[in-house]
Amino acid sequence: MSGRTRTILFLISAAGLAAVFAWGLRNLPPMGDYRGPYGYVLTRVAVYERHATDTVNAINYDYRGFDTLGEEFILFASVLGVLLLFRPGGREDKSKKRVQLEDALPVSDTLRVGMQAMAATMIVFGVYIAVHGQLTPGGGFQGGVILATVPLVVYLSGNVKTFEAIVSNPLTTLAECGGAGGYGIIGLLALLGGAHFLTNFVPLGKTGDVFSSGTIAVISVTVGIEVAGGFLVLMQSYLREIIEERLQEGR
Amino acid sequence: MRLLECVVLLLVAITAPGVVLSRDPKCQVVTLSFYGLVCALMFFIFQAPDVALSQITIGAVMLPLMILLTLTKMRRQNLRRERERKK
Repeated sequence: MSGRTRTILFLISAAGLAAVFAWGLRNLPPMGDYRGPYGYVLTRVAVYERHATDTVNAINYDYRGFDTLGEEFILFASVLGVLLLFRPGGREDKSKKRVQLEDALPVSDTLRVGMQAMAATMIVFGVYIAVHGQLTPGGGFQGGVILATVPLVVYLSGNVKTFEAIVSNPLTTLAECGGAGGYGIIGLLALLGGAHFLTNFVPLGKTGDVFSSGTIAVISVTVGIEVAGGFLVLMQSYLREIIEERLQEGR
Repeated sequence: MRLLECVVLLLVAITAPGVVLSRDPKCQVVTLSFYGLVCALMFFIFQAPDVALSQITIGAVMLPLMILLTLTKMRRQNLRRERERKK
């Protein structure tokens, strides 16, 4: 296909798309218009029913907890998929000696000191976001991702050995599996008491307290552990090989 | 408030084509990361701080990181293949 025909084809389809857009915009409701009843109902009852001041997480981890369980396993399955693709294959790779990692990245002192201070702050911030999911915006998912970026900051500060020690720790796999399984187990525990799957069976506590809102807080922390573990496992599978090759080339 | 909303929507409208139009994958990662930040700002201004937090962590940090790592991996694989061909 020549460039000219392509341009003509593009112009025709773009005009069609623009027409459909204009037609769709004609009867668009005003911005912020909301017609469903559930949003209004939930923002009204969530604090009284679940003692959680962040309604978004009350919905995520309680009212629609089953959906979040599904999303949780989407992440779990995709991490598993990446691991499966990157698994060391063939005899060649097995015979290859594991390269001893050293603190090989030369970085400036400013970067090193700055990043080390940042790593400490980020750990505190990530834990804070994860355990305050029921009170303020945030929650397990966000906190978990923040925690997972901490090793990267360590890597940037030049401590490749520390980075490798954190990332290749068997605890990361355990966190990934335990977090994903823990969500399901919390749901199943409710069944033991004769309630429905994922019923909020933990005492609700005082509204506004860190230890409040029952299973919402517990599930939030579990999700945080799973997400942090998942991203660490991903990073390990990507970076191990890259660092190894880099060191081999350096020799 | 209305003005702020318009400005941030305009920013999103400017940065999104920027991501598409940057052809080099390495440049694209940077523009994508910036687009992620602008998106997070938009979510925040439209009063969805939960989504904004997820967007910052995923859209501006994790997604560009994963793409960068994949690019590095691919480049190294290509280099290795070329070296093997020369032998």
